[in-house]
Amino acid sequence: MTVDTIAGLAVDLNDEGFLVDPSQWNEDVAAELARREGIDVLTDRHWLVINFMRSEYETKGTGPTVRVLGKTSGVPIKELYELFPKGPAKLAAKIAGIPKPRGCI
Amino acid sequence: MHRIVILGGGTGGTLTANRLRKVYSPDAATITVVDQNNDHVYQPGLLFVPFGLTHPEDIVRPRGRQLHKGIDYRISAVERVDVAGNLVHLGDGSELSYDVLVVATGAVLSPGETEGLTGPGWNENVFTFYEPHGAAALEERLTWFDGGRLVVNVVDMPIKCPVAPLEFCFLADWFFREKGIRDKVDMTYVTPLDSAFTKPVAAKQLGAMLSERNIELVTEFNTGEVDGAGGRLVSFDGREVPFDLAVVIPVHSGASYVARSEGLGDELGFVMTDEHTLQSKAAPNVFAIGDATSLPVSKAGSVTHFEGEVLVDNICRFLAGEPLRAAYDGHANCFIETGFSKAMLIDFNYDVEPLTGHFPTKVGLPLLKESRLNHLGKLMFQWFYWHGLLPGRDIPGIHGDMPMAGKVIPSDTNKLERAS
Repeated sequence: MTVDTIAGLAVDLNDEGFLVDPSQWNEDVAAELARREGIDVLTDRHWLVINFMRSEYETKGTGPTVRVLGKTSGVPIKELYELFPKGPAKLAAKIAGIPKPRGCI
Repeated sequence: MHRIVILGGGTGGTLTANRLRKVYSPDAATITVVDQNNDHVYQPGLLFVPFGLTHPEDIVRPRGRQLHKGIDYRISAVERVDVAGNLVHLGDGSELSYDVLVVATGAVLSPGETEGLTGPGWNENVFTFYEPHGAAALEERLTWFDGGRLVVNVVDMPIKCPVAPLEFCFLADWFFREKGIRDKVDMTYVTPLDSAFTKPVAAKQLGAMLSERNIELVTEFNTGEVDGAGGRLVSFDGREVPFDLAVVIPVHSGASYVARSEGLGDELGFVMTDEHTLQSKAAPNVFAIGDATSLPVSKAGSVTHFEGEVLVDNICRFLAGEPLRAAYDGHANCFIETGFSKAMLIDFNYDVEPLTGHFPTKVGLPLLKESRLNHLGKLMFQWFYWHGLLPGRDIPGIHGDMPMAGKVIPSDTNKLERAS
């Protein structure tokens, strides 16, 4: 675990760069985390997914997988990959400040 | 008189019904099992069908014959469950009311969710061995396959028996060597995971075994399209893997009636279930077992077997008005067929990943290591499945709780402290 300064705040990150404590998150932190991942601007569509991830995490204790995101977020899987290239569930979770979805066993 | 209804006459439904029948006399409880057909498939056998090592007719038996006397058995589809009304609506229009419901209808394949998968080429150059018809079609195709690019692809997790696609690779390597054409076949294993398997120690070992066999590993590949006509897998992020023959494990969902039953399932149709008691989150008198649950465990027969003990105990406690026991620890145990009459064994639970050592004690079967003994264990297991597991017998010396006695504990893993 490391402590990093993100958008002026001291934030705890795990080895993979995910926030350890989702309550340390705010929108500026999200924007900075996104820039580090190569996403310069967060659009309304990005925010739709990010907010969805956070509310799913709050109610279920884990973020959704890509397949579940595609079924329930209102954003089709293809677009999810355009918004969050490579791994939408993982990347959107990281930017949303929640743990990596544990979907796969 | 308690009324217990069990949906599904597969591994979980059958062993639960048989165990409950031993606990309750016919005067104390009615036990009704519902399934939409009478074909009980020994699913671990499907892996061997494509290589001609077994045949579909050898791994299918009538469901009704596996149920003990005094269990009511009905063949019907399920329309939906009215959780609030304690009522099951069957496909034939009739209804079953219950005091306790057990959902044991497993997981179904949903190949239609992946673009192109059931389109041109399906069962011609694109196959799945996860159901008897597809496994038999693949066997026919493999008899005249004389070389080219063979791709084995897991579309997304969760799937039944997560090691089976790897076992398929190992057996295909053996099969082509026996036929003398291994040098004419390029093999690639394409997975959405970031390594060969989900758990680190086993993933490293299994990854090395792919590489020893000259099987290429493509990771973090999320299949967006299977183009049978063009012979290529296309990922959502635009990567392509070409093939002459593709063996695809489609995404899985819960039984379709779960989605039609308000409050019963999650987005994928799996029943939201407590990880330790096996009580559903839908209602206190609804329980779930096996592949039908949303638990973070492998969808595998061994899991179902170990869950069975806890489930039956908790149903009895529920009916007696006693508190449930949070006893299921996520225990799973899988033989991994590796070809050339050898197999590996892995044993793990929620907290402890598959480790090396021996099972169940220091003088048992070798863990995470290829051996002939494990292969014999895998073959013998089919007998035990029909004659021990389904009738609801325990394996002597092996209980639901995962044993630590023979395991080698890596020193740098602090997670293990809880379990040891």
